[in-house]
Amino acid sequence: MKFREYKIGARFFALALGGSMTITLLMPSFDMNNVSATEVALDKQLWAGHETGFSLEDPFLTGQHKPVKVLLKNDPKTGQPMEPTTAYVYEAGTTFPGGILHPDNLGATVKQLSLDRGHIAEASKAQGAVFLVKPDEQKHYYIENATATMGWTPDAVLKTAGDANTQHAAYGKTVFVREGCWWCHTLLPEQTQDWQVFGAPPMLGDFNGESPTAFGSDRKAPDLLHVGSRNSSKEWMMLHFFNPRLVQPHSIMPRFDYLWGPVDAKGQKIDYDKWRAEYNEYREGKRVTAPEVPTYASNSDVRALIDFVLTLK
Amino acid sequence: MLKYLFYKGEDIPSGTAAVYFGFSAITWFVIGTGLGAFNAAKLAFPDFVTGLEFVSFGHMRQVHVHAVIFGWISMAFAMAMMYITPALGNTKLWSEKLGIWNAFLWNVGLSLGLTLIWSGMTSGREYSDFPWFIDLYIAAFIAFPLGLNVWMTIIHRRTQGIYTTNWFFGAATFMLIIVFIVGNLPEFFHLTGLTEAYLTWWFAHNVLGLWITPVAAAIAYYTIPKVTGNPLYSHRIGHLHFWSVVVFYSTPAAHHLMSAPLPEWLKSFASVEGVLILVPAIAFVSNILLTMQGKWNLFVENLEVRFTVTGCLMAIPLNMQGGFQQTRAINWYIHGTGWIVAHAHLALLGFSTFLEAAAVYLGLQTIMKRKLYSLTLGNIHFWLLLIGFTTYWVSMTIAGLIQGAGKIYEVPYIDVVMAEHPYMIARWIGGSLVFTGNCFWLYNMWMTAREGTVVPEGRMPHELAYER
Repeated sequence: MKFREYKIGARFFALALGGSMTITLLMPSFDMNNVSATEVALDKQLWAGHETGFSLEDPFLTGQHKPVKVLLKNDPKTGQPMEPTTAYVYEAGTTFPGGILHPDNLGATVKQLSLDRGHIAEASKAQGAVFLVKPDEQKHYYIENATATMGWTPDAVLKTAGDANTQHAAYGKTVFVREGCWWCHTLLPEQTQDWQVFGAPPMLGDFNGESPTAFGSDRKAPDLLHVGSRNSSKEWMMLHFFNPRLVQPHSIMPRFDYLWGPVDAKGQKIDYDKWRAEYNEYREGKRVTAPEVPTYASNSDVRALIDFVLTLK
Repeated sequence: MLKYLFYKGEDIPSGTAAVYFGFSAITWFVIGTGLGAFNAAKLAFPDFVTGLEFVSFGHMRQVHVHAVIFGWISMAFAMAMMYITPALGNTKLWSEKLGIWNAFLWNVGLSLGLTLIWSGMTSGREYSDFPWFIDLYIAAFIAFPLGLNVWMTIIHRRTQGIYTTNWFFGAATFMLIIVFIVGNLPEFFHLTGLTEAYLTWWFAHNVLGLWITPVAAAIAYYTIPKVTGNPLYSHRIGHLHFWSVVVFYSTPAAHHLMSAPLPEWLKSFASVEGVLILVPAIAFVSNILLTMQGKWNLFVENLEVRFTVTGCLMAIPLNMQGGFQQTRAINWYIHGTGWIVAHAHLALLGFSTFLEAAAVYLGLQTIMKRKLYSLTLGNIHFWLLLIGFTTYWVSMTIAGLIQGAGKIYEVPYIDVVMAEHPYMIARWIGGSLVFTGNCFWLYNMWMTAREGTVVPEGRMPHELAYER
């Protein structure tokens, strides 16, 4: 081939595309690297864990190897009552979030505090760990590895907290991603006008360590970033997930009754056909009340999803 | 066609790969729009087919999106490249066998990827929903072999210069590979937070701006001069189009996240660059419409010209919207509403699809040396597509304005949902018309292959009269 003037063209092409990528990728990366993780980001990455989309540890997005967020009212070592404390439990074999694996992600100050005071470098995936979010005297929040600083083991913390005070929020966010909730519900109140109804838009450092962020782009339903502050009723959530038309007759949200799985909280088989038939009778006016929504089992997908939604404060 | 996968001889008929790609593309188009219509029905009637995970809206939405982008649009592009690149270089395709393998692996990989995201195995990142190993597969077995075939064909051309269409083909295949690898870095290296969010939209923006828009335009640069017999109005405007695509279209990714806490300079820069997208847009539209000089009768008489010019005309509102809706002055109102959904369909179903449909119509007739089986069916296809799309676009634009108003005045959300309901029904009707039209098209093309009149040696299909 005669290369002719395409030699010049090819060089200009490299210059144009390379310049474009320098401006849109390299330059913003300096800014984004300097972002310090806020308290929100520390909380979020600790309850969400390493990844809530596809990963080799949880390939079918069924909530395998996910951390839990617990509320402790007793000291897990002594059993003595103490000030209620939020802890994030990583059982053995659960991958730590970005901030623990790569402390640089936390920003310089948070990184230093988390390493020096929080001892996060001592956390071991093989043994599992319990983390806390703490402020220093100047209200800089950092991550503390409670397994290293206080000897709290994952098993002891889970046992002390009990099922009622355990939130499977990471598993719940995985269900949120898998079921495509984010195709309609955004997680991004807009800076221009959403304050009144959907709450404050997120700040620059609120996302460090989160993957995927799942902002959503096509809002066909209310924003959910602060939904737990607007509505914290588990009962309402349960009815709404089973069939949104039970609590909001004009809703266009799909029914998520299949997230209940085969059995209810008592271990009895859920008869979906019977429920749907009775619900249809109710809709046609042949019944006065809608059929009773089965209570969900504590290991069902919907329990995790409700835990996640209520975590969004 | 599959018999050539392990064929030992050198005499694989020219155009085999293009025909394989062409029929695959039409089939994906039928599947993709069928899924789209089904999803639209769910938005209008939420209890339509309910209670099963695999037919829930959240599992099927992304399958529709990826089936039309990577099945229909991209395979139609590949089809066009397989026959236009060698035609413009006065040569044969570099490797017909590679092309056939490319089409085969494309169908296999896409079927696998769609099955995975349908089942919920998603990265949770819009437009790059595929898990990372599917992304790698697409880069290695779909984008790279396609690019290789195009580049090698251009290098082995038997003409002096390279025609406009082939600059775009050569550059866009290269940029697609770059965009796929860089845009999916968050999945390969687990980048998180704002970086992940930004790269998600960097990918989404550039896969449209550096792949779909330029290749669709490049196809029109071939179709219109070829069928009308007029030379391209201006080679220089073509230059302007090409260079401004590379410079301006590759930079405004951040305008998709105008309300997220990205660096402010980046948002402002993206917004200004976003307006400059009007440069390639105007260059392209004016170049094509001016090429039509003296041949406007073909807009009525010839199906391919009608499709192409309609697509070009739709590029005008598309780019006027695209240039200005991303500025802060307008974006705050329509961001995240149905307006954007309407705009995305104007780009992919309006502008781009009409151009590719013309290329597939023209290409399949040319390669198979068969005149289109039925003009009537072709007309039905055109009008169902146009009316269905317009219904969709108008209803979603109105729904978007309602959502915008509801957002600004902080109306209780459920009132917005109720106000949108009629437009959701209209959207479903529009989508169903498009799907129906595509079923006619598949039948028409199938019958063309079987029973279309043979085009004599040395003649082009558009030189023959339609028979039915």
